[in-house]
Amino acid sequence: MVEKKYKTAPLKSWDKAKEIRLNIYKEIAEAKSKGKVLLGGGAESLIALPTGFDYAMLVGEPYGAAISYLAKSDPDEYMKYVEASEHAGYPRDLCAYMRNYIGSILRDKYVFGGPFPKIDFYLQAGFCDTHSKWYQAVSDITGRPYFSLDLVPFDWEIEGESEKTKDLKRKYIVDQIHEAIAWMEKQTGREFNDETFIQGVLNECESTSLWAKVCIANRAIPAPLDEKTMLSLYVLAVIGRPRNDVVEFYRELLDEVEDRVANQIAANPYETARIITDSQPPWFALDLFRLLETYGVVSVGAHYTFGLSGGWEYDEENKTWEAGKTPQEKGVEVKTRDEAANVLADWWLRTGTVCRGVRHSGAGKIQRIMDMVDRWKVDGAIVHLNRGCEGTSLGQMDIVSSLLERGLPTMTYEGNHADPREYDENRTFARIESFMETMGLKQLYEFKKGE
Amino acid sequence: MITAGIDLGATYSKVVILDDGKVVGKGISKTTLEPEESVEKALNAALQEAKIDKGQVERTGVTGSGRRAIKDADVVATDVTADARGAYHLDKEVKTVIDVGGEDARAVKVGENGKVINSAVNDKCAAGAGAFVEAMSRAMQLSLEEFAEASLKSTQEIPINAQCAIFAESEVVSLISDETPREDICRAVHDGIADRITSMAKRVLVEEKVGLMGGAVMNKGLVESIREGLGLDPIILPDPLFVSALGIALMAADQED
Repeated sequence: MVEKKYKTAPLKSWDKAKEIRLNIYKEIAEAKSKGKVLLGGGAESLIALPTGFDYAMLVGEPYGAAISYLAKSDPDEYMKYVEASEHAGYPRDLCAYMRNYIGSILRDKYVFGGPFPKIDFYLQAGFCDTHSKWYQAVSDITGRPYFSLDLVPFDWEIEGESEKTKDLKRKYIVDQIHEAIAWMEKQTGREFNDETFIQGVLNECESTSLWAKVCIANRAIPAPLDEKTMLSLYVLAVIGRPRNDVVEFYRELLDEVEDRVANQIAANPYETARIITDSQPPWFALDLFRLLETYGVVSVGAHYTFGLSGGWEYDEENKTWEAGKTPQEKGVEVKTRDEAANVLADWWLRTGTVCRGVRHSGAGKIQRIMDMVDRWKVDGAIVHLNRGCEGTSLGQMDIVSSLLERGLPTMTYEGNHADPREYDENRTFARIESFMETMGLKQLYEFKKGE
Repeated sequence: MITAGIDLGATYSKVVILDDGKVVGKGISKTTLEPEESVEKALNAALQEAKIDKGQVERTGVTGSGRRAIKDADVVATDVTADARGAYHLDKEVKTVIDVGGEDARAVKVGENGKVINSAVNDKCAAGAGAFVEAMSRAMQLSLEEFAEASLKSTQEIPINAQCAIFAESEVVSLISDETPREDICRAVHDGIADRITSMAKRVLVEEKVGLMGGAVMNKGLVESIREGLGLDPIILPDPLFVSALGIALMAADQED
C-alpha cells in the first residue's frame, strides 16, 4: 500500500452547494405560481439583466447537462429526450445541450419533475452561433418571444486590440442592454427595478471574481480541489451568479479553500501528478476523474471550468490572468441603470475568457492554457475532443500541438459533453491507462466503477 | 529465467517465450470470443516451439487490448509501454514506434532505456487500422497479399475518404463502377489509411529512427504509403507481430521479486 502524502477532508461547502442548486431549480418550477417572471436563456446571457424583475431563470446548458446525467442512471429515459428532438429534425451534429433541452420541451417534461416550466420569454446573448439559433428554435416551438443580444467579445490580449474598438464594443452592448430592458418591460407589463438590477450586476461581478479566486487557490501543492468537485461548484455561478445566496456561498467557499491551502488539506492524498483538461467533460461519465485518482492524479482545472463562471482580468505586466477586480474593490459607485449597464458590459467583455475562446481561438487561447500549465504547475493534459460543442472544441488540435511542442504529455479522447452515444468508455479508459504509463505513473489502488 | 509475454490483441493473440532474455518460442492464434482459449492456443504453440513445459515458465506478462481477461499475470501493462520496451530491445536507435494492429493504430515516442515519452492512439473509427484494409480487400475480392501487390503497381494517386470505413467502402464500390484501375484503388485505400496513421503519429512529434510494427505492416503497399506520408524511411522491426509480446516478456523478466 502506497503511503498517503497529504491529509484530506470532505468539503464543508458541498452540501450547501447542492442545496442552492436544488432551490434554484425548485424556484423555476414554482415561479409562475408565485407570480414571478420566468425566462429562459444561456449561461452567458448577461444573466444579471433580468434582475430588475422578481424573476427566475432556467439556464439552458446546465439543464441540458442535467438531462445527460440520466444516460448513466436511466438510459432509456435519456433516449426519450434526444429522440424527441431528433425526430423533430434536430440532427446529431448540433449542440447536445440544445437537443436535450428541446427534447424536454417537446416531451413537456421537466427533468426535475413535472411538466416543462411555462417560460415567459427567452433572452440570449449571441456569444455562440448555436446558442442564438437554439432559442430562436425554442421560440418557434413554444411561441414565446425571444430577444437576442449580439455580443462581440474583446479580442485576446495578445492581439493588441485598440481601446477605440473596445469602447465601441462596450457601447454596442450597453445600447442593447437598454433596448433589452425596454423590451422585457413590454413583454411582462412590469416595471424594471433599477435598485435590484444594480445589486444583481454587482453580485454577478463578485460571484465570478470569487470563483476565479477559488481557482487561483488551486495553484497550491497539494491542490485543495479536484476538477470533478469544481464542476459541481462552478455551476452555481453559471445558473445564479446575480443572486445574494450565491455570492455568499462563494465567499464562504473561498474562505474554506484558502483554509485548506493553509493546512495542506488535499483533494487527492497522493497527488502524484497534476493535469488540466480541455472542453466540457462528458457529464454522464465523470468516472474518468475517479480513474485518474487511482493513479494519484489530480485534475486542477480547465480553461472551461475556470472560465465559464470566472471573472479573469489580464495582468499586462506579468502576461497572466488574475481574478477580476470588482467595482466594489475598486471603489466604483454604481447608482443608475446606465452605470450598471456599463459595468455589466465592461465586466463581460473584459473578464470573460470562455466566451472569448468560443469566438476567437488561436494564439490567445493557447497563451491562456500555457499560463495555466505554468501557474498551476501542470504535468500533463487531457483534451476531450468534444463532438457536441462547436464553440469549446474550436482550435483544440492547435492547443494539443502547442502542448506537445512544449514537451507536456498530452492525451486526447473523442466524446460528447451531453450525448453518450459518441463516447466510448472502455476505449477512453484504455487510453487513460496508457497515458498514465506514459507519465510514469502506477495505479495505487483498484478502480471501482460507480464509487 | 523463463518468461512468457502475452499480447492479447483484438485480432490475434501472440505469445513469446524468453529464456534468459533470448527468444526461444513464438505462438499465434486468432482471438475469438473466448480470449483465454485463444491465449492458451498461442501459448501452447510457443511452448512447443521452445520445447518447454508450461510449469517451467517462471513469470508471465500480459498486454494488449484484452489484457484484463487474463488473470494472475505477474506484470500487466498497456500496449504503449510494451511496444516501446520491445522496440528498444530490437533496435536501440528507434525513437518512434508506429504500431498498426487490427483495430488500433498507435504511435509511441521512445526515450532512454525504452521509456515512453509520449503516445497517440487512433480515434474511434477503425479506418486507421488493419481491419479497414481487410474490409477493403474483401470489397475488391482480392486476398490481402494480392491487394498489397496491386497497390505497388499503381501509377496514379486517387484521393479517398478514409475518415470512415463505411463511407470509404461505398467510395471503393463507386470507383470500381467507374472502371478505375484496380491497382489505383488499392493504392488509394493504403494512402487513405496511411494519411490517418501519419497524422496521428505526427501528434507525438515523429523523430527518426522510426520503427514499424503490428500485423498490418506486413502489407508492403501500406508500408509504402506510410513511408510517403511520413516523408521518412521507417524500418520494419523484426517479427513485427510479436514486438509487443516481446516487450511484455522482457518487462516480466525485469520485474524485481
